[in-house]
Amino acid sequence: MGTFHDHKGELHGITVVVDLKDDRLYVGRCDTVLPQGVVLLDADMHDAAEPKYDGTTMSKAAYLENATKFGVWPRIERVVVPTEDVESIRKLGDL
Amino acid sequence: MPYDPMLVKPMRDDMTSMDVEELMDAAAVDAFMAREGSKLIFINSVCGCAAGQARPALRIALQHETKPDHVGTVFAGQDVEATVKARGFFEQVPPSSPSVALFKGSELAFFMPRHMIESRDANTIAFELVGQFDEHCA
Repeated sequence: MGTFHDHKGELHGITVVVDLKDDRLYVGRCDTVLPQGVVLLDADMHDAAEPKYDGTTMSKAAYLENATKFGVWPRIERVVVPTEDVESIRKLGDL
Repeated sequence: MPYDPMLVKPMRDDMTSMDVEELMDAAAVDAFMAREGSKLIFINSVCGCAAGQARPALRIALQHETKPDHVGTVFAGQDVEATVKARGFFEQVPPSSPSVALFKGSELAFFMPRHMIESRDANTIAFELVGQFDEHCA
């Protein structure tokens, strides 16, 4: 019982990690995977090369360790991650 | 924008049929959280991908001998005021729905976010909940 959108693919509605070929990754709810990119809703982006407020950086692994416990803050309402930038897509719940 | 009340009624009925208390405004959430003992708040959702497994999982888990003293639910996207109020009791974790918050008194003891529900069957989710009930509600 509930709303289903099966035509949007097997990852629709699933919280995924979209790892990019550079220092960035996205975590968000997958809307659909299109030839041109992955559409994420309520997402967060982490840049492992970007210093935080205290000057330190956080690795992708450390960020994902936190994300697997509680999820991520939805700082980005909707984003299309270009296919050519994507290294991998994994379910957050599988990590 | 909230869904048509007729559309969500079966999802509400699913919860009340397992004697889960509907918390439909902020005052109801406050009164619920003021009670003594262990408490569980289920953040309900229209999402079939996740909530379609979460509600049956809660039904299974609540058949366990050890369970929370009080079980309530708010409906994300429907009962907005109640949901905001409930999330205020576990504001250290990002919002997600469906999700499950288990309290020992007023302290958050366990939180099951949406991504721990997605792609899992009801029995697997229930197994995890029962383990948490044994740990925090005994």
